[in-house]
Amino acid sequence: MNNPIWQPRIVAFFCTWCTYTAADLAGVSRMKYAANVRVIRVMCSGRVDPQFVMDALAKGADGVLIGGCHPNDCHYAEGNYKMLRRFRLLQRMLTDLGIETERVRLEWISAAEGEKVKTVINDMVEKIKAMGPLNLPGRFQEWDREMDSLEHAATQPKESEKPHAH
Amino acid sequence: MKYSYFPGCSLKGTGRAYEESIIPVMKALGAELEELDDWNCCGATAYMAVDEVKACVMASRNLAIAEKAGNPEVLAPCSACYLVLNKTKHYLHDSPPVAHVVNQALKTANLTYSGNTPVRHPLDIIVNDIGLEAIKKKVKTPLKGLKVAPYYGCQMVRPYATFDDQYNPTSMDRLFQALGAEVVRFPLKTRCCGGSLTGTLPEPGLLCTYIILKEALKRGADVVATVCPLCQFNLDAYHDQIAAKWEPARIPTVYFTQLMGLAFGMDPVQLGLQRGFVAMKPVGQAAA
Amino acid sequence: MQMDNQKAEVRIGFYACHCGSNIAGMVDVVEVAKKAGKLPHVVLSRDYKYMCSDPGQELIAQDIKEHKLNRIVVASCSPLLHEHTFRTATEKGGLNPFYFHMVNIREHNSWVHTDRQEATEKAYALTQAAIRRVAHHKALEVKKVKIEPSVLIVGGGIAGIHAALTMAEAGKKVYLVEREPTIGGHMAKFDKTFPTLDCAACILTPKMSTVGSHPNITLWTYSEVAKVEGFVGNYKVTVKRKPRYIIEDACVGCMECIKSCVYKEPKFADEFNEGLGKRKPVYIPFPQATPQVVLIDPETCLQLKTGKCKKTCVEACADRHAIDFNQKEEFIDIQVGTVIVATGFKTFDAERLPQYGYGVHKNVYTALEVERLVNASGPTGGHVVMRDGQEPKSVGIIHCVGSRDKKTNRWCSRVCCMYSMKLAHLIKEHTGAEVYSFYIDMRTPGKGYEEFYDKLLEEGVQFIRGRVGEVTDWAYAPGEDGKLVIRVEDTLAGYVRRIPVDMVVLASGLEPHKDSQDVRRLFNMSCSTEGFFLERHPKLAPVSTFTEGVFIAGCCQGPRDIPDTVAQAGAAAAEALVLIDKGSVELEPNTAYILEQECSGCKSCIPLCPYTAIAFAEDRNKAVINEALCKGCGTCVASCPSGSIVQNLFEDEEIFKEIEGVLAYE
Repeated sequence: MNNPIWQPRIVAFFCTWCTYTAADLAGVSRMKYAANVRVIRVMCSGRVDPQFVMDALAKGADGVLIGGCHPNDCHYAEGNYKMLRRFRLLQRMLTDLGIETERVRLEWISAAEGEKVKTVINDMVEKIKAMGPLNLPGRFQEWDREMDSLEHAATQPKESEKPHAH
Repeated sequence: MKYSYFPGCSLKGTGRAYEESIIPVMKALGAELEELDDWNCCGATAYMAVDEVKACVMASRNLAIAEKAGNPEVLAPCSACYLVLNKTKHYLHDSPPVAHVVNQALKTANLTYSGNTPVRHPLDIIVNDIGLEAIKKKVKTPLKGLKVAPYYGCQMVRPYATFDDQYNPTSMDRLFQALGAEVVRFPLKTRCCGGSLTGTLPEPGLLCTYIILKEALKRGADVVATVCPLCQFNLDAYHDQIAAKWEPARIPTVYFTQLMGLAFGMDPVQLGLQRGFVAMKPVGQAAA
Repeated sequence: MQMDNQKAEVRIGFYACHCGSNIAGMVDVVEVAKKAGKLPHVVLSRDYKYMCSDPGQELIAQDIKEHKLNRIVVASCSPLLHEHTFRTATEKGGLNPFYFHMVNIREHNSWVHTDRQEATEKAYALTQAAIRRVAHHKALEVKKVKIEPSVLIVGGGIAGIHAALTMAEAGKKVYLVEREPTIGGHMAKFDKTFPTLDCAACILTPKMSTVGSHPNITLWTYSEVAKVEGFVGNYKVTVKRKPRYIIEDACVGCMECIKSCVYKEPKFADEFNEGLGKRKPVYIPFPQATPQVVLIDPETCLQLKTGKCKKTCVEACADRHAIDFNQKEEFIDIQVGTVIVATGFKTFDAERLPQYGYGVHKNVYTALEVERLVNASGPTGGHVVMRDGQEPKSVGIIHCVGSRDKKTNRWCSRVCCMYSMKLAHLIKEHTGAEVYSFYIDMRTPGKGYEEFYDKLLEEGVQFIRGRVGEVTDWAYAPGEDGKLVIRVEDTLAGYVRRIPVDMVVLASGLEPHKDSQDVRRLFNMSCSTEGFFLERHPKLAPVSTFTEGVFIAGCCQGPRDIPDTVAQAGAAAAEALVLIDKGSVELEPNTAYILEQECSGCKSCIPLCPYTAIAFAEDRNKAVINEALCKGCGTCVASCPSGSIVQNLFEDEEIFKEIEGVLAYE
C-alpha cells in the first residue's frame, strides 16, 4: 500500500435479498462511500456463522459488518432473528477476548436503503479509524513468542523434553 | 411539578399582567414556578439581529443557570424568550463553532451547559402535560358567551413548531373551549403583529396590527387572546394611532392565562386585567 | 463427483470487465488482470471492454476449450444482474455452470468510490477472494419446479382488469381478488381521461363486464388475500371473503331490494361518490358495477345493527332468496403458479395541509370529488355546483398538494398536472368559470400531453407559477368578501398575489395504501422508502419483484397514468405467461444437505428451519434435509455444532477462502 496512512480493513457479510441489493442500489445511485469494506454475499444473514466473524478478525480484519433484512422482513421468515441471537452471544465472546464489541456490527438494511449502506459504512470506517488497528495476526505472533519464551524458560532444565510449540 | 421560571424583561415590564396571571394559574394547577436566580436578557430581537453568536452566549448563560438550578424543565412564557432559548439549543447542537464560542464564554463565568434542559412554553405544558380534562375540573365560572379570537403570533410556530401545527395551531382554541368560551375561527392566528416595526417603522408595523384587530372585530370576537407580551403590547397600545390613521378597531387583547384565571374564579385585578389600555370589562362581566 | 474435483488440476480463467468506462474509469482493470494472472491456478487472465456482450461471452466459451479451463471468474457488475449470463457462457464452453464465480466491481466499487488507487486495491482484493473460492466450487445440478398454469391477481383496478383479461385470453386460469364490492378502481370514478378526453366509463365498463363473464376468470370482490404460502410455481393462497349479506349466485341485480328498503330516501354518505352523494344501507356502488350484485352495509342496516326491521328487502327479493343476514366471513384456499399484485394507490389526505383549508371551508374540494361532480352519472348529474348549490364563477386549482414537498411526500405524483388541466377544461366547459391553475412546474411528458397544455393556454385557463401559501376566507382587499382567497407568490411576476375564487380544487398526490407494508409482507416483496413496491430492477425488470413468480403492475409500484398502467399490466401478464408456458422454473441449487457420518444427532438444527425441511431419522439417529422443502437460507448450516451441514454454493470452505482472499491484499 503506497498510502502511508493506516486504512481499516472491514469484511462484510450481506444477505442477498436486502443489504446486498441495497449496496447495488447505492452503486446505481452513484452514492460515494469509503472503500474499506469488502462484501461477501450470503443468501441470508442467518447463514453467517460466528466462525466467519472470528476467522475474519483472526486473518487481519479490523471490523466485521453484517447486513440483513429488517425484523419481520426476512426473505426466509426468521433468519435475521437467528443472526441477532448469535450476534448477542458473539458480543459477549468479543468482550471476553478483549476485542471492542463495536468492531462487529449488525445492521438491518432493506433493499431500498442505499443511503443507509453509505452512512453505515462511512460511520463504521470512521469509528474503526478512531479505535485503531486490531491486528490480531500480529498479536498472535506476539503471544506465540511470549509462550515460546515462557515454555523455553520452563523446559530449560529438562533437556529431555522438547517444548511443544504451537 | 416545579419549573425553573424565566420571566425575561417583558414579564417584569410591559407584560406584568402576564406574570401576575401565570403564577396563580399555574399554582392552581399544581405547578410551582421558581424564578431563576440572576437571569439576564434572553438575547432576543435586537441582539439576534446584530450578532447571533453573542445572542446565543446571552441565552446560554440563562440555560446554564437553569441547569444548575436543577429543575427538570425551564418555563419561558414570553414567545421571544421561548424562541431564542430554543434556537440557542439548536445552534449549540448543530454548530460546533458556535458551541465552542459559547462554551468559552460560559467558562469565564464558571458555568457549563450540557444542552439537556428542555425549554417549554406554558401553553404546551398546560394543554399537553396538565391536559384539558384537569383544566375543566378547575373551571368555576365558565366563560360562557365570551367570543375569543385566539392569536398565536409567529414565534411559537416559526421556525420550530414543536408542540402544535405550524400553519394551524389549535392548542389555545381547545383550551378556551375547555374554559367554556366560544372560539372564533381566526385565519390570522399566526400572522405578524408588527413586531418591533411599530417602534421603528410605524406605518407598516401599525398596518399589521390594524389588520389583525379589524379581522377579529369582523368575526365578532369580544377579545383577542395571546401567548406573547409583544403581541399583546402591539395589539393593545396603538388604538389611538390606528383610529387616526384608518378607523377605530377597539377590542381588548389579553393573555391566555388571564382568561384561565377568570374561569378559575380569580379576581380580575389580581390577574392584572386593569392594566390594559382597552377596557377589559366585557371579559370580566361575561365571566361573572 | 467431489473426488473428481479434488483430483483434477484447477485451471482458472479470469476476466476483468471495463464496462466501457463504467468500471475502467475508476478501477485499473488492466492492472487487476495482470496481477490476477500471477495468482496460483490462474492459467489465463484477460481484461475486456464488455464481458456481457456476445463476443465477451464467446471469449469465455472459446477459452475454456482452448486452454482447458475448468473454473471461471468474471469481475464486472453485480451478480444479481449478470451471474446468469456468465453461467450460461461457462456452460456453453462445456463446463458445469456452477464452476463460475462473479466479482462485483461496479455497483460495489467503481460507482461508489472516488480514489482510483483505493478502488483498484479493493477490486484486486475481491478478485483474490473469488479466485480462492472458485477452486472449491463443485458441479451442481439445477432443480426444476413445475408451474401451476394459474394466476392470482390482487386488485381489480384497470391494471388488474387488463392483466386478468390478457391471461384469461391466453387460456390460463385467473383468480381476481378485489377489496371493494366492485372492480373498476379509481378509473371507474373518472369522467374523462386525459389528453384525449375519451369517456372513462365507455372504455372501462366493457372490460369490466368481460371480466365478470369470462369463463377463465374467477372474480371475488369484497375479498382480501389473507395468507400466502409456498413458492414460485405453487403458491397456496387463502382468500378471505367478507360477508356482503347477499348470496352472489342468487342475486340477479334487479335492485328491487334497494327500492323497497325501509329507508325511503338514500341517507348515508356514498363512498363511490366521495361522500358527495347518498346511498341506502343496501346498495350497489354504481350502475355498471361488476359484479352486478348488491351488498348490505352492516354499519347502517337496521336489521344487522339492531335486529329490528320489517325486512322489506327480503320481501322484495321474494323467491330469489338472495338476502342472507347470517352470512359470515368465508375463507377459500386456492393454488396458483404466479401472482400479479396490482393494488393501486390512495390519494393524499388533503387535511394534512391545514393551510389549504380542506374540511374547514366547504368550497374546498379534492380533485377526486370534482371528478365525481363533472361526471354525468355523479351525484349532481354532471352539474358543477358547490356544496351550497351555487355554480362557481371562478375556480382555483392547486397543483402538487402532498407532492414534491419534504414535509409531506417528496415525489412527483406524475398525473396531477395532467388531470388538473383536464379538470380545468371540464369545469370551463361545464360552467364557463374563470379557472386559475397554480403550478410549480408544468409536467407534461407523454404523447399529446404538451399539446393538451397548449390547447388549455388557448382556452384561456390562467396558469400562475408558484406554490400556494394558503387558502383563507380572510377578506382584505375589495371584492374578496364571501370568497376564498388564494395567496400565492407568483414567481414569474415576482410578487405575492391574492386571488379570490368561489371554489378551490386540490390536486392531491398519489400515495401507497396505508396497509401496503402488510401486503408487501404477505407476498415477501420489498418496498422503496416511500412505501411503493420495489421492482427487481428499475430498468431491466420493472414488473418483477425479488420474489420469484410475483409481479407488480400499476400505481402500487409508483404513480403513473392509465396508458402506462395498462402497458405495465400487459408486461406483468406476459412475464407470468412466460413462466407458465415454460412449464417449469429452474431454482438456484443452493440447498443444504447433511453429511451423515458427521451428524451427531443433536437436533439443534431442526427447530431453526422455518420451512420444516429438516426431519429426524430415528433409526439412524441423524438429521435429514428434505431438498424439496429447503429454500437455501443456510441458517441451519451456520448453527450446526459439528459442522455437518453443507450448503451448496455457500460451503464453509468457500466462504473461509473468500475471507482469506479479501484480506490477502497488501
